[in-house]
Amino acid sequence: MSDDVLAQATIWKNAGKRVALATVVTTWGSSPRPVGSQLAIDESGAFVGSVSGGCIEGAVVQEAIEAMKDGKPRLLDFGVTNEQAWEVGLACGGKVQVFVERLE
Amino acid sequence: MKSATLAQIQADRAAKRAVVLATNLATGAERLIYPNALDGLEPLLAAAVGNAARNDQSGNVDTPEGKLFLHVFNPPLRLVVVGAVHIAQPLARMAALAGYDVTIIDPRSAFATNERFPGVTISTEWPDEALAKLKPDARTAVVTLTHDPKIDDPALEATLRSPAFYVGSLGSRKTHNARLYRLHKAGFTETETARIHGPVGLGIGAKSPAEIAVAILAQITERLRQPKS
Repeated sequence: MSDDVLAQATIWKNAGKRVALATVVTTWGSSPRPVGSQLAIDESGAFVGSVSGGCIEGAVVQEAIEAMKDGKPRLLDFGVTNEQAWEVGLACGGKVQVFVERLE
Repeated sequence: MKSATLAQIQADRAAKRAVVLATNLATGAERLIYPNALDGLEPLLAAAVGNAARNDQSGNVDTPEGKLFLHVFNPPLRLVVVGAVHIAQPLARMAALAGYDVTIIDPRSAFATNERFPGVTISTEWPDEALAKLKPDARTAVVTLTHDPKIDDPALEATLRSPAFYVGSLGSRKTHNARLYRLHKAGFTETETARIHGPVGLGIGAKSPAEIAVAILAQITERLRQPKS
């Protein structure tokens, strides 16, 4: 597996798999990964890259698999305020917004 | 994202061409913008793309066509290592892991071999000639490792005339003082030579070549991420 997120997304797509990309688009406070950090996910839930220190990847992968099915882009908010809604959050107390989209 | 857009970004990255992906997060609509070709673009968007690329900082911008996320794909950071010596071997590998595009310069062709530096770009030109071609910019670090004034000095002189974000030079305090003396005689001011990190690397008591490489890469990282400290 390539550790270059976009290269791995390309490999999966070329292999006929459904693929989604997740990108950190906004951060507030002490977020673990900067804006622009990315995760590529395939239809089996395999992923490369990171959008946090591992705190929210599981939830992002689930949303990515939904986005692969319905093709709708999603803007997800993670942080203290959404902890109850998502049942995941950032231990560091920061907030991140993650854009999830299907690779068409 | 469309597969064609992804393929184009990958082609631009392979060609080391800066590109910015502008995505409307509400609709998913996207387009690629090239920071060196902003003419004809809506002025606010052009300014935002120019700033984002220059600062290597992705982010959101409000435009007449809605809120756009600008994702900057800049060419990789560069590390130029002068001296294909033992320390250069672990340094080249560690720097590649940290995302640097590494070039080794050493006119002594017995040192600068592909066997010693697999997969690394090697130049056997004299450093001043090699650096004239490489044109160190604000995303380039330069480290000299030979201790040999004939090789290190021309590299330092060329680097001090460039906006490189880091310049380091291996050598003891005594060697470094002699080096500064020569550079001042050559016309460089103390403010200019103060840019040189010497003795090179963070003071972590490094001994082995790999440990010294860690100390150097740590110091380069510090200058990159905390430029004013």
